[in-house]
Amino acid sequence: MKNDIILSGVGGQGILSIAAVIGLAAVDSNLFLKQSEVHGMSQRGGDVQSHFRLSDKPVASDLIPLGKADLIISVEPMESLRYLPWLSKQGWLVTSSVPFINIPDYPPVDDVLAEIKKIKNHVIIDADSIAREVGSARSGNIVVLGAASPFINMPFSSLEKAIRKLFERKGEEIVTVNLKALKAGRDFTGLK
Amino acid sequence: MMNKTLLLGDEAIAQAAIDAGLSGMYAYPGTPSTEIMEYIQSSDTAAERNIHREWSSNEKTAIEAALGMSYAGKRAMVAMKHVGLNVAADGFINSALTGVNGGLIVVSADDPSMHSSQNEQDSRFYAKFAFVPCFEPSNQQEAYDMVFDAFELSEKYKIPVLLRITTRLAHSRASVRLTKHPAPQKKLTLPQDPVQFVLLPAIARKKYKALLKTYDTIRYDARLEKYNSFSDGRKRDLGVIACGIAYNYLLENIEGKEDDYPVLKIATYPFPDDLIKGIAGRCRELLVLEEGYPLIEEGLRGFLNNGLKILGKLDGTIPRDGELTPAVVAKALGFEAAHGENVPSLVRMRPPSFCKGCGHADMFNSLIEAVSLYGPGHVFSDIGCYTLGALPPYNAINSCVDMGASVTMAVGAADAGLFPSIAVIGDSTFTHSGMTGLLDAVNKNSPVTIIISDNSTTGMTGGQKSQATGRLEQICLGMGVSPEHLRNIIPLRKNHEENTRIMKEEFEYRGVSVIIAVRECIQTATRRKKAESSNE
Repeated sequence: MKNDIILSGVGGQGILSIAAVIGLAAVDSNLFLKQSEVHGMSQRGGDVQSHFRLSDKPVASDLIPLGKADLIISVEPMESLRYLPWLSKQGWLVTSSVPFINIPDYPPVDDVLAEIKKIKNHVIIDADSIAREVGSARSGNIVVLGAASPFINMPFSSLEKAIRKLFERKGEEIVTVNLKALKAGRDFTGLK
Repeated sequence: MMNKTLLLGDEAIAQAAIDAGLSGMYAYPGTPSTEIMEYIQSSDTAAERNIHREWSSNEKTAIEAALGMSYAGKRAMVAMKHVGLNVAADGFINSALTGVNGGLIVVSADDPSMHSSQNEQDSRFYAKFAFVPCFEPSNQQEAYDMVFDAFELSEKYKIPVLLRITTRLAHSRASVRLTKHPAPQKKLTLPQDPVQFVLLPAIARKKYKALLKTYDTIRYDARLEKYNSFSDGRKRDLGVIACGIAYNYLLENIEGKEDDYPVLKIATYPFPDDLIKGIAGRCRELLVLEEGYPLIEEGLRGFLNNGLKILGKLDGTIPRDGELTPAVVAKALGFEAAHGENVPSLVRMRPPSFCKGCGHADMFNSLIEAVSLYGPGHVFSDIGCYTLGALPPYNAINSCVDMGASVTMAVGAADAGLFPSIAVIGDSTFTHSGMTGLLDAVNKNSPVTIIISDNSTTGMTGGQKSQATGRLEQICLGMGVSPEHLRNIIPLRKNHEENTRIMKEEFEYRGVSVIIAVRECIQTATRRKKAESSNE
C-alpha cells in the first residue's frame, strides 16, 4: 500500500493542521510516513504545499515524484491546480470551492472551477458553508479533509481518533465541531 | 513495531542533543534551522535538566557562547541557517584550531533553491575550509543517531563537528526511534591545557599542524565510517555516488532495481577515499548526486582525468543551481519520468505579502510618499518581512544583501554623495548586525536616515524573541544619535500624514537621524492575545 498526497493552500489557511491529523492517524495505523512542508517566507500569504507519503513499507524520498500523487487535497481552488504535474492519471483532486483572493490578478472563479472539472476524478466542495452549518466557520480545512478521506488508505475511525487527540487540549466543544466537520465532508463525497 | 515519535529533521537533531547530555543550545533564528532551538525551548526535559536555551543576538555570539560552554567541559550545540555560518565564520574556523573541551556540534541548515534565503551556499565547504569533520544525514533517524556520534567524535579528537542538513530534511517529518537511555550532562571541567584556547601565533602554529594531522586520519574513525555504505550491483557501465538526501531520491528511482546499480552512499566528510576508489574501479561511468555545490565531484575530477567518465553538475547532467528532486535524479539516470497534467495557464503566481494589519506596510506607505520628491534609488533595506517592500505595489526598496547591510550601505552611498541615503531595517536585524553600522555613521556624522521598523519580534521566522524590545531608543542614544533626530512614530494609517512629515524632515537633515516605527507584529499580537485569554 502506498498513498502519496499533496496538500495545498495559502499560508495561514490551516494545511498544516490537515497534515497533523493525517500524521497522527498514520502513526496510529502503524504506517510509515514522510511529510515535507515549507516554512518561512511563503507562510506570509503565499502559496504553500506539503508532500505527504504513507506506506506499509519504509518511504525513501521526502518529495513525491512528478506524476505519482494519488491525491491532491486543497483548501483553495486555484492552488489545487498548481500541483497538477504531480497528480497521477488515476489520482483524485479534492478542493474547497472558496477562493482566497489576495492578489490583484486572481482569475475569474468560474474559469478556475471549469479547469478543475476537466480533471477526471475531482470533488469540489463549498467547505466554508458546510463548516458554518456544523458550527464553526474555521473548520473548513477539516471539511475538505473529510471530503478527501475516502481516497486516503486509512480507516475513517483513525482520522476521527486523530482529531480527538489533536484538538483535545482546546476543549470538548472544539473536538465535537471538528468531528462534525470531518463527517460532513465525508458525507458530501459519499453522496456524489 | 516502530517507535512512534514523529519528528521534523530539525526536531530529531534537537531531541538527540537533549538525549546525548546537552548543556547549552545557542542559535539565532533562520529558516530552515529555527525549529531546532524552538523544540528545545518547548521541551519539558530540557526545562527539567535546566539546559541553556535562550536565543543569541546573532550567529557569531551564538557560536562563541557555545565554545565557552565547551571550554567549561559541557556539551554544546549551535544552530543556524547556512548564511548564518558566514556571520559565525570567524569563531567557527578558529574553534577548529583551539579545539574543544566538551563536545561541540555546529548545525548549519542549507537552503538550496532559496525557498527562504539569499543564496544557496553549501556548508560542506565550510567544514573542509575549517578542517573539521562533517555529517550529512539522509533521513530523520540518521540525523538523530549522528548527533550522539558527533558529540563523541568531537570529544575524542577535541574538534568541533559540523552537521549539515538541507531544507527538505529540516522540514520533513518521519518516525524516529529514540534511545531509552538518555545520557547525563557532563560536569564542569576546565581544559587540561591552560593555553588550549589561546591562539597566539606561536601556539596557533602548533595547533594548526595538529589539526591538519587529525583531519587526515579522522575519516577512518568508525563513528564517521559507519554511515557510509557500498552496495554492489550488476551494472559495470554506471555506478552512483549519492550523498545526504540525494540518496533518498536515488532509492525512489531504482525501487525494484536496487541490484542493478553499484551505489556508494556518502554521509560524512572528509569523504571516504577508499570506498570511492572501490566504486570507481568497478564502473566505466560514475554519476555523482549531491545537494548543493559539486564538492565530491570536484574532488573526483581533479585536473588530470584518469579516463573515468564522471556525470554530475560540472558536465550538465545535473543542473548547477536549485535543489535535487526525484525528477532531476530520474533524468540523470536516463529514466523517463512521469508527469501529470501541466499547470493551466490561468494559474497566477501568489508571492508572499504583508499580513493585514502589518505595521511595515504603513511605514512603507509613508516612506514612499516622503521619498518621492527625490526620485528612485534612495532606500537600502535588509533581511526580514519588510523585504517584501521590494514587491509591487510598494517597489520601495533598492537593496537586500545581508543582515545589517542596509545601514552600512546607506553610509557608503552617503559617502559617495547620495542624498538622502535611507536605511530600512527591522528591530531584530538591527540588534543582530545593524548597531555597529550605526556607530560608524555616528562617528563620522553621515547624512543618513535609519528607519528601524520595530515589530518587537523576529517576525519572518515565526515570532521569536527580539533582543532589545523596548530598549532601541536607549541603544541609539547611547551610541551617540542626537536626541533631536531620534524620532518615534507609530505606523498606523491614521498617522500617515504626520509620519510622512517626520520622515521628510529627517531626510532633509544632514547628519545621522533615526526613526523608530513601533507597532507589534500582527501575528505575534494575535498569538499573545490568544495565550492571554486562555490563561484567564
